[in-house]
Amino acid sequence: MGKIEDLEVFNGEGYQLSRLDKVIAAARANSVWPLPFATSCCGIEYMGSMGSNYDVARFGMERMSFSPRQADLLIVAGTISKKLAPILKQVYEQMSEPKWVLSVGACASSGGIFDTYSVLQGIDRVIPVDVYVPGCPPRPEQIIDGIMKIHELVKHEGIRNRYSEEYKAKLDKYNIEINGK
Amino acid sequence: MASKLTNEAVIERIKGQFGSDILSSETPYDFLTIEVQANKQHEIIEWLKKDEMLKISFLTNLGGVHYPEQAGREFAVVYHLQSMVNNFRLRLKTYVSKENPEVASIVDLYVGANWMERETFDFFGITFKGHPNLVRILNEDSMDYFPMRKEYHLEDATREDKDDRFFGR
Amino acid sequence: MSTWEEEKIHDDGTYESSLDTIDGSIATLNLGPTHPATHGIFQNILKVDGEKILGSEQTIGYIHRAFEKLAERRPYNQITTITDRLNYCSSPINNIGWHMTVEKLIGAEIPKRAQYMRVIIMELARISDHLVCNAVIGVDTGALTGFTYLFQQREKIYDLFEEVCGARLTTNMGRIGGFERDFSPAFNEKLKAFLKDFPKVFNEFDALLSRNRIFMDRTRGAGPISAERALEYSFVGPNLRAAGVDYDVRVMEPYSSYEDFDFEVPVGTTGDTYDRFQVRQEEIRQSLRIIEQALAKMPEGSYKADLPEFYLPPKEEVYNNMEALIYHFKIVMGETPIPAGEVYHCVEGGNGELGFYLISDGGRSPYRLQFRRPCFIYYQAYPEMITGSSISDAVLTLSSMNVIAGELDA
Repeated sequence: MGKIEDLEVFNGEGYQLSRLDKVIAAARANSVWPLPFATSCCGIEYMGSMGSNYDVARFGMERMSFSPRQADLLIVAGTISKKLAPILKQVYEQMSEPKWVLSVGACASSGGIFDTYSVLQGIDRVIPVDVYVPGCPPRPEQIIDGIMKIHELVKHEGIRNRYSEEYKAKLDKYNIEINGK
Repeated sequence: MASKLTNEAVIERIKGQFGSDILSSETPYDFLTIEVQANKQHEIIEWLKKDEMLKISFLTNLGGVHYPEQAGREFAVVYHLQSMVNNFRLRLKTYVSKENPEVASIVDLYVGANWMERETFDFFGITFKGHPNLVRILNEDSMDYFPMRKEYHLEDATREDKDDRFFGR
Repeated sequence: MSTWEEEKIHDDGTYESSLDTIDGSIATLNLGPTHPATHGIFQNILKVDGEKILGSEQTIGYIHRAFEKLAERRPYNQITTITDRLNYCSSPINNIGWHMTVEKLIGAEIPKRAQYMRVIIMELARISDHLVCNAVIGVDTGALTGFTYLFQQREKIYDLFEEVCGARLTTNMGRIGGFERDFSPAFNEKLKAFLKDFPKVFNEFDALLSRNRIFMDRTRGAGPISAERALEYSFVGPNLRAAGVDYDVRVMEPYSSYEDFDFEVPVGTTGDTYDRFQVRQEEIRQSLRIIEQALAKMPEGSYKADLPEFYLPPKEEVYNNMEALIYHFKIVMGETPIPAGEVYHCVEGGNGELGFYLISDGGRSPYRLQFRRPCFIYYQAYPEMITGSSISDAVLTLSSMNVIAGELDA
C-alpha cells in the first residue's frame, strides 16, 4: 500500500461508482427493524439481548417495530402452540416485502422438548424461516449471531429477488400470497 | 408457624357434621385427606368455608385425576383447601364415573374456581354443574378429545422423523 | 364470567354513554394476542366507551405446552427441566420446589448447608423475578431508564447462576437431594460483589420512581382489588400482600430452613399498581437481608444429601465399583425406585404459592403431577380489576400483576 500522500487528490465533491442493489442492500442491512414475536423463555433472553449488556442497538436495531407493517425481520422467540400458529402466519402475511424470519430457540425451530399434542413442531410448518438459532434458550450471544447471519442474507439480497419465480414458489408451499400483488 | 388445628380435631368436627357422607379419611405425609360423596362436596365445602372454628375459606387448588382401571370411579376431582387463619390445609376428593363425570361447580363459593374448573374440563372432560361458562380454556375449541386422559398420546401425531420404537409410541 | 356493566347496555346493543361525543355505541378493542403492551401472549377483548373500559373477555392458552402430560412420561429427575419453563423469570425456585416435593415423597433429610445454599439461590431468583416486573412497570409508565439499569443487574444474577449450574435462564438448578457441586470461590466472590453493588443501583431506581409525583399519580388507584375479593380469587404472593393480607408461605410453612432467618413480610393497603410495585421493591430488600444472613450463618457440611440413587457417581467409580455402576445405569435409564404416595408441597415462588401436587404409584414417572400455578389462578381477576378504568391503566395493571405466559398456560 502506498502512502496517502501518493494518491492523486481530486478536488470538489467527487462521486463513487457502485451498484444500486449493493447500496440498497447495505442500507437495508444496517437498519433492520425487528418485530419481536416473543412468547416465552426465549423472549426473556431476547429482552436480555436488548438490554444494556448485549445491546442489539449496535446493529442498527434500536427501534423495535411492534407493528408488522413496518417490520423487516420477524424474530420468533419461544414456543408456538397450534392455537397460536394462525396468528403467527397472519403476522407474517401482514409484513411488507422484503421480509426475513429468525427462529430463536429449539421450540420455534422444531418444537424442542415439547413434542406434545398442543405445540407446533417448528414454525417452518407455517412460515418460511431464514435463520435458525438453536438452544433452549439460546444465549444472547447466539441470538446476536443469528441476527448477524440475517444481516449477511440482507446484504446479499438481490433487488429483484422478491419478484422471482423461486420466491413465489417458496411462498406457494406455505399458501402465502406475496403482498402488494 | 405451627397449625392451631390438629388433623384429629378437624376430622372429628367434619364427621360430626356430615357423618356418613365422609367416605374415608387418611393423613398421607401429615396432610388430611378426606373422600366425600360426589353429590355432597359442594355442601361440605360451603360448610367448611362458613364454619367458625375451622375457617377453611381459601381454595388453593383444584384438579382432576384419571384412574382408568377403577371401574365406576374413574375420575377424581381433588380440592386443596386452606385456612389461612388457622394455617391448616385439607385435601378433599370426590370420585365420579366415566359414564357420568359430573360434579357440582363451586364457582358460587369461590370465584377463583372458575378457570380451575374450566381447565379440569379441558383436560379430563369432567363437567361442573352450574358453571357459568364451561368451555375449553387452554386448548383449541375444535379439539375433540380430553388430552389428560390416560388413553391419549402425549406426542404430536404429525411428527415423521421419530422412530416409534424408540419413543414408546 | 362477563363483567359488563349490563344495566347500561340496551337490548339492541347500544350503550348509554357517559360521553356526549359518542353516539351511544360500544367499541370493541382487541388487546392481544400479540400486542406490544401485553408482555406475553394472551388476548383481551375490551369493550370500551371512549377510554373507559366496560368489560373484557380473556382468551388464554396460546402457549399451552402440556407440562402435566409431559410430566407423566418422564423420570423424576428429568421433570426439573419442565419446571424451569413454568415461571422462567425465576426458574431456580421452581426447580428447588420440585426437588423438595420429591424429597418429601421419599423422606430424604437434606443437610443444613444445602438448605442454606438453596435459600441463597431462591432469594436471588426472587430478586431477578421482581426486577423484571418492576422494570417493566417502569417501562409502561414511560420510564425506560430504570429498565436498562436493572437489566444490567439482572445479568449479574445470571452470572451467579451460571457459576453454580452453567445456565442462565432455564437453570435446571440442583438435584433431588441438594446441589450437584458446592458453591465455587468465584461464586462467593461474585455474590459479595453483587451484594455490595446492587443496593446502590437499586436505591437509585427506587429514588427515581417510588416517591416520584408523576409515577405515583399514574399508578395509585390503577387496577385495585380488595383483600376479600383477592382471597375469593385465590390470590397469593405479592399481589395478595399488596391487598393487605400478610400471607407468605416462607413464614406460614417454612421450608428449607426459612425459619432461621429474620425478615419482614411487606403488605400494602389498597392492592393497586403502586402497592404491588412497592411490595415487590420491599421484598427485594428483604431478600437481600436473607441472603446476607444465610452467607453469614452458612453452616459447614455437605452440599448434598446421601442419596446415591439420584446422584450420578464419579466415572472412575462406575468403572471400578459394581454398586456405582448399578446406580449409574438406573439413573441414566430412569429406573430409580420411588415409593407410592401422594404429596403436596408448596414454595413461595416469584408470583406466590407455587404448589406441586404429586401422586406416585411407584412407577418410574409420576402418576399425576399438577402444578398450582399462581399466575393462572389470579389472572382471571383481571377483567374485574380493570372494569371502569382507562385503557392505559389496564396495560399497567397487567404488567404489575406480573403474568408470566409460561406459568399461565402450563
